[in-house]
Amino acid sequence: MIERFSRALRYVLVAATLMLVSASARAQLQVDITSGVTAPVPIVISAFADDAQPSAEVVGQDLSRSGRFALQERTRADYIVTGRALPAADGRVTIEFELVNLLTGQRLLAEQVTAAPAAWRNAAHRIADRVYQKILGVRSAFATRIAYVAVDGVAPALRYRLLVADADGENLRTILESRLPIMSPAWSPDGESIAYVSFETRSAAIYVQTVRTAERRRVSARAGVNGAPAWSPDGKRLALTLSSPSGNLDVHVLELDSGALTRVTEHPAIDTEPVWASDGSVVYFTSDRAGGPQIYRAAPVAGAAVQRVSFAGSYNARARPSPDGRQLAHVTREGSAYRIAVLDLQSGAVRVLSKGTQDESPGFSPDGGTLIYAGRERGQGVLATVSTDGLIAQRLQATSGDVREPAWGPFRP
Amino acid sequence: MVKKSVVLVLPLLVLAACSTSSRKEEAPPAEVTPPPAAVATPDNADAVASAGAVGELTARSVTLPAELADRRIIYFAFDSDSISSDDQALIAAHARFMAGRTGVRIRLEGHTDQRGTREYNVGLGERRAQAVRRALGLQGVAESRLSTVSYGEEQPAVAGEDETAYARNRRVELVYTAE
Repeated sequence: MIERFSRALRYVLVAATLMLVSASARAQLQVDITSGVTAPVPIVISAFADDAQPSAEVVGQDLSRSGRFALQERTRADYIVTGRALPAADGRVTIEFELVNLLTGQRLLAEQVTAAPAAWRNAAHRIADRVYQKILGVRSAFATRIAYVAVDGVAPALRYRLLVADADGENLRTILESRLPIMSPAWSPDGESIAYVSFETRSAAIYVQTVRTAERRRVSARAGVNGAPAWSPDGKRLALTLSSPSGNLDVHVLELDSGALTRVTEHPAIDTEPVWASDGSVVYFTSDRAGGPQIYRAAPVAGAAVQRVSFAGSYNARARPSPDGRQLAHVTREGSAYRIAVLDLQSGAVRVLSKGTQDESPGFSPDGGTLIYAGRERGQGVLATVSTDGLIAQRLQATSGDVREPAWGPFRP
Repeated sequence: MVKKSVVLVLPLLVLAACSTSSRKEEAPPAEVTPPPAAVATPDNADAVASAGAVGELTARSVTLPAELADRRIIYFAFDSDSISSDDQALIAAHARFMAGRTGVRIRLEGHTDQRGTREYNVGLGERRAQAVRRALGLQGVAESRLSTVSYGEEQPAVAGEDETAYARNRRVELVYTAE
């Protein structure tokens, strides 16, 4: 059963466009809210006293960009956030902030966040996360990061970059550039490293790179395919795809410390795109053993029994589990269109959440409330998000080049 | 027929793992961006890794007759790794060229169009590269002289989102290298 979410989208309204311009001229991401909820929570964010940075503005942008809040004048708001900046030890800055319910006068939060001056945006995102959770009762992920691949140039002369940005598109950094393809970035569970595939040697290899230092290690460079790296929840192993000398792709598990390799699937079909369940008990993967690609699961051990997971439609691939393990986001084909769908693992129900024709690479935000994915518009790759209830959609469009393969990083301590 | 020769200059890497070559001309090595000094502030210190160490390059040439130099690409139908009978004849011609030249190798680069998921497309591109490898093998080329790499949909030959562009991107390129 496929429930089309366009029906739910009848009730949405088009919200104002926010332009978030990054510090670096080349590093611009524009965030557009393409739909939002009809009754967002009215809130006022007062400028923080003695703040050298526009932290309160960033808090407001986070909350309104979520689609769940609307910035309002005080007389029309239900909640108010106030704060002030204070010098802290080691040159750091503390922001004390309060959240008050204007209807009851009740003080809901009185907390503080301390950060280095250069990390002021992160401090603001943390304040927005606290306010969001206190009012709505669920977590948000403003203080997280995304990675993605950008491509410049005209085929066949292309240039590939691996980028990392804050979840609002700011603080954009290039962490790898190459004349040959870079693909499949995956965050380590601690948010410190990214595994990816690079063809820089004119063969495929998997690297693990520490984001902060750019130090990297080549962890798999066997003959043929080295693809689709996926971290185990404990960060000690990678599931990945390797090919046999005859070109048969199978899912393997690589222990990062020892280099020990376990072949999980053994089938002449293409077995690829592995991803771990959040409890580490099984690996989901794509296989065309039944003809077209479908999603399967197996324990991450040698010779594991394989069970089919997806049944609706002729093309279901590249699964990513929700943080609670109950759902699988994936790519499904409807007619000639490739779209993002969510499969409920208990009931088997499938909901299609995107409306593009070449949508791909879905992944959940760490709070589980949002899906990020890549689509194409007018020949350009774009990044988009949709809330898992289908109500709130956003587009993150690079001002130049072609962007793809978003990966949402984990919560950071 | 005009008896014309095209010289393919192919860089070979002597020391390190980084090699580059492209269709007709030598491409520069994978772009290297020197990592800046690391600074330990979490939000601003992400450094850039260099894509590949640069090794010493030497160039050897493989001289292909024009009728092969211009015909080094095998095209495929959607979701297929079947080689047409015309292309079987072309592969046989490449195999005959290989027969007399023991120092020459071929890297088979498999590609797909942009539809479908990226890593699954790497699998489909590998299938195509393997189909050409088997066809060359049946024509007597030793396996040790053939290697495969699949770029999936990551290296389109042409931009575009119509069937004409897709058809040109579903391909295996025969890239000659000299030992």
